[in-house]
Amino acid sequence: MNAAATVDELQPDALVPAGEAGPASKRIVVAYGFWIFLLSDIVMFAALFAAYAVLKSGTAGGPAGAQLFNQVTAAIETACLLVSSYTCGLMSLAIRSQRRPATYFFAAITFVLGVAFLALELREFASMIAEGATPQRSAFLSAFFALVGCHGLHVGVGLIWLIVMMAQVAFMGFRASVQRRLLCFSLFWHALDIIWVGLFTVVYLMGIIQ
Amino acid sequence: MTTTTRSDRAPGDAAPSPEVQPTAPAGVLIYTIGLLLAVVLTATSFWVANTSLLWGPGVPLGLAVLAIAQMGVHLVFFLHITTGPDSTNNVLALAFGVLIVALVIAGSLWIMANLNANMTMSPGLMDLHMQR
Repeated sequence: MNAAATVDELQPDALVPAGEAGPASKRIVVAYGFWIFLLSDIVMFAALFAAYAVLKSGTAGGPAGAQLFNQVTAAIETACLLVSSYTCGLMSLAIRSQRRPATYFFAAITFVLGVAFLALELREFASMIAEGATPQRSAFLSAFFALVGCHGLHVGVGLIWLIVMMAQVAFMGFRASVQRRLLCFSLFWHALDIIWVGLFTVVYLMGIIQ
Repeated sequence: MTTTTRSDRAPGDAAPSPEVQPTAPAGVLIYTIGLLLAVVLTATSFWVANTSLLWGPGVPLGLAVLAIAQMGVHLVFFLHITTGPDSTNNVLALAFGVLIVALVIAGSLWIMANLNANMTMSPGLMDLHMQR
């Protein structure tokens, strides 16, 4: 029938327990490996979060978060990333049922929302730097740009990855290898949204309440 | 397609349906429920940060609880990490990741707060110290 079905047929017997069923299908192995990479990526972000939390009050007489952060921008960024995560999920459903127009449609929405997020973030960075709040200004700002910039870098890489995957769908179709890469991409995109949840809470919301 | 193979599940894949087709409407429904829950939690977070109705010192704790709840919503509804036996490997890896994240963040905050508390120096003296 389709590519996923041929992988499933590798499983020998319906009654064999998982531990004795032989090697797992390549889709499961690849996704599990990527899952472990994502968890290690989250551990790296945990170190950046810890550095930010420790250095948050180290403003060295410079501007603090309450004067710099714009809550409306943060809310729009959050909405962009959340809805793009949703459309990414709808895209993976379209991929499972091999609907090509729906895949392109949801990928386009995901891409546009990701670009909007990145543009807002870069504009925020630019206005902060224009006010003299550069990464060199204080330990707080170094930690801020490291944490938020690293997340933004991940989003940028994800956008490039999405373009590459759509080119692969266009030229190679829904073959098993392309489907595995698309699965990894959607895991990556959802994980970025999970990191952003921690980020807007710790940086933006906790930054303005003090 | 085979019917009831008890294989592991890839993270990000929805539960393998016993029926033939991957049941698209149910998948959309799961993502939509996740989106609605996430929107509600996000809106609550922004409200909690801005309201003056709540007891001030409790607000950061409330925000942390809301953020962790929303991460849970994302894991369950978007990444399809469940407690089912086919997802055990994914959950164990996640549990290890959460352990390391908790150790890194809580340990850093704890030890740095301890160092700060033990280094009682007046701000003026501290500035002098840092200028050299």
